Amino acid sequence: MADVESGEVLEPQSRHVVYCGVCTMPPEYCEYGGTVKKCQEWLEKNHPDMYIRIWSPEALAAATASLSIEAQKRAAKDAQKKAAKAEAAEKKEADKIAHSIVTIKRIERNKRKYVTSVSGLEAFGYELKKVAKDFGKKFATGSSVTKVPSGGEEIVVQGDVSDEIEEFILEKYKDVPEDNIEFVDDKKAKKAAAAAAGGS
Amino acid sequence: MFKKDLTPSPKQKLKSSIQRSLRQNLLSTYPLLTPYIDEVLPKKSSLLSMKLQGVERATLYIIDDSTPLFYEVDKADVPLLPHLKLVHRFPQAFPTIRIDRGAIRFVLSGATLMAPGLTSAGGRLPDPKEGPERAEDGHWTRELKKGEPVVVMAEGKEEACAVGMLVAGTEEVKKNGKGPVVEDAHYLGDGLWKLNTE
Ligand SMILES: [Zn+2]
Repeated sequence: MADVESGEVLEPQSRHVVYCGVCTMPPEYCEYGGTVKKCQEWLEKNHPDMYIRIWSPEALAAATASLSIEAQKRAAKDAQKKAAKAEAAEKKEADKIAHSIVTIKRIERNKRKYVTSVSGLEAFGYELKKVAKDFGKKFATGSSVTKVPSGGEEIVVQGDVSDEIEEFILEKYKDVPEDNIEFVDDKKAKKAAAAAAGGS
Repeated sequence: MFKKDLTPSPKQKLKSSIQRSLRQNLLSTYPLLTPYIDEVLPKKSSLLSMKLQGVERATLYIIDDSTPLFYEVDKADVPLLPHLKLVHRFPQAFPTIRIDRGAIRFVLSGATLMAPGLTSAGGRLPDPKEGPERAEDGHWTRELKKGEPVVVMAEGKEEACAVGMLVAGTEEVKKNGKGPVVEDAHYLGDGLWKLNTE
């Protein structure tokens, strides 16, 4: 017999509102967001009916009719400023990403005991705590966020997983380009330093 | 209230006794939500809370892991306020006023909502009369008092753009025609709107 819930089954009353895929606001508010051009492209592609309702010349004329010429001018100037600001911020972000490096470091703690540290993921917009959790799950080992003396934070994973971790990062955290990942082997660095010191 | 971006903090599961009292609080603050309460807070789902640091400390309540419902400002006498996404889902359940088109961009940049944006031709304040609290033309039919929660609609727009607490009663706003009406609102595009609740 089928399960019968007690009480009446109600039709859902919740409205479903479309939000802009670019600025996240209801599309009728995109004009205030500073990414108008991109918002329009997105809306035209994804919700052409809404696009016509909001951005057709008739709709725009009706929308500005109630504003004084002065207010229209101020609004246009404001929109321009916002767009310029958004563009500059976007460019800055892109520059930052292009120049950021994720460093995977294999560190020898004791003889044949390694930890792997990963630093720099925050520059690509990832939350280190979450990533540390993901690493821990993926490699079934301890993984945590620790402070580094220089002031930032890094993720420390127990064991030598440096090769696997690169693959995992490329697969899961797609904002990190392969070219922006570097490897450091801490043991070798130490040895090299020791050798250099000893040789002088 | 949330002009700056917020950083997500860990979500906490709430005890069922606290869930029950929040449900009561929500219904007494927003009686018109009653017909939808089982949809807003399904009995089987569990309610989570997330601490926020806005202008004041606040707590956001979340259901189904990531759906924001309402927030509580850590300050005496501020009512429980709905997240705009909840307002968009159940607009009929909240008292509203409407700003004119010219005021939209100010409200969406976090400015205090001032009386002239409501008293002008494009604005709308309650229109007291008999009948349901929400008239068919969208006017609220009861004057709203200082300290009451209010949803801010906008001329020519279908969806609400802000929510907050009145710092002046609507009768007073009509009479004086100037001064602040809603301070520290939660508005489209602010830190709370953009907060990742996943
Ligand atoms: Zn948009």
